Amino acid sequence: MKNILTYAALLIFAAGMLLCMTGLEFGNPAYTDMDDYMVENGQVLTGGNNIVTDIVFDFRGFDTLGEATVLFTAVLGIGLIFRRLREDEEYGYE
Amino acid sequence: MDMSRIVRTTANVLLPFILIYGFYIVMHGHLTPGGGFQGGAVIATGIVLLFAAYSYTDLKEKVTLGALKNSETLGLLLFIFTALLALTAGFAFFGNWLVNGGAIFGDMVAFGPNPGDLNTGGVIPIMNLAVGIEVLGAMGVIILSMLSGIQEDA
Amino acid sequence: MFYNLPFIVAGLIIMVGIVTMVFKRNLVKMIMGLSLVEAGVNLLLVAIGYRAGGIAPIFTNAPDAQMVMPTVQAMTLTNIVIGIATTAMLLSFVMIIYRKYGTADAGKMRKLRG
Repeated sequence: MKNILTYAALLIFAAGMLLCMTGLEFGNPAYTDMDDYMVENGQVLTGGNNIVTDIVFDFRGFDTLGEATVLFTAVLGIGLIFRRLREDEEYGYE
Repeated sequence: MDMSRIVRTTANVLLPFILIYGFYIVMHGHLTPGGGFQGGAVIATGIVLLFAAYSYTDLKEKVTLGALKNSETLGLLLFIFTALLALTAGFAFFGNWLVNGGAIFGDMVAFGPNPGDLNTGGVIPIMNLAVGIEVLGAMGVIILSMLSGIQEDA
Repeated sequence: MFYNLPFIVAGLIIMVGIVTMVFKRNLVKMIMGLSLVEAGVNLLLVAIGYRAGGIAPIFTNAPDAQMVMPTVQAMTLTNIVIGIATTAMLLSFVMIIYRKYGTADAGKMRKLRG
């Protein structure tokens, strides 16, 4: 019983996703106003030749701050998992 | 448990070239494909090559965990500090306060294809350097922590 | 149907990843399924911004053609770094779980051990 429900849910999800994929059009994006503005004025406003780096660090720099924080938090968690005890502590993993 | 002499010699010869190549990718992030994250990953690959050629117990005292943790924190602090300095120069938070100014990275760029000039870009090369240092520290801490958690007796 | 093949392939990779996460019992294989889902999403993001006959959005020694859309490539860069952080943390958890329970099978981890 539980297996049939799992198969049915996965099949509905797969059908919905493939229906959406065939509705798009490859090679002809729909709305390009913001990207046209960034390609036209990115060199003069920012000073860099690479438009992707301009977007990552200047037009959308706040998202890069969030991503650096996510990376820092993940490394904090990993360093906490593999912590070795010093000599004056008594509780640990065992 | 060491590797053979061929592997150790090859790692010794290849390490400076990998570090220079990674630093080139980081510093030319505003002219060619690349940037902070990609260059930091390449530099971390050089350090992991050193750990693969020599055993972990030999290199534990030389490339310490504390040095990599300090470098990661230094990278994130440099990033935030560069963004906060824009508030004192009249821009908003995260503004580009060095562009078209004539100071460190402040040459002007016209529109259209051109051979790139390293002196342009404003505050972007400084942010690339900060993120490169942070990603190098993060990858090093991840690899070293996982290597130290392996139990040899089971 | 063959004119938008990259979107269909990205959808198939996402479906293979989800089926792997649901039907496998080993913990490391579940993490591989999550990594497959993230790879499929990255491919979908980059394929959305393609313009037929376009070049890369870089002005250094660029030939004379139209440029593809650069915003989705910035999103993909962020997504790759977040995928690395998540997968590293999950694998560390699996290492500690194996040390406590002696097995990596998800059906046998039901008892709370003190």
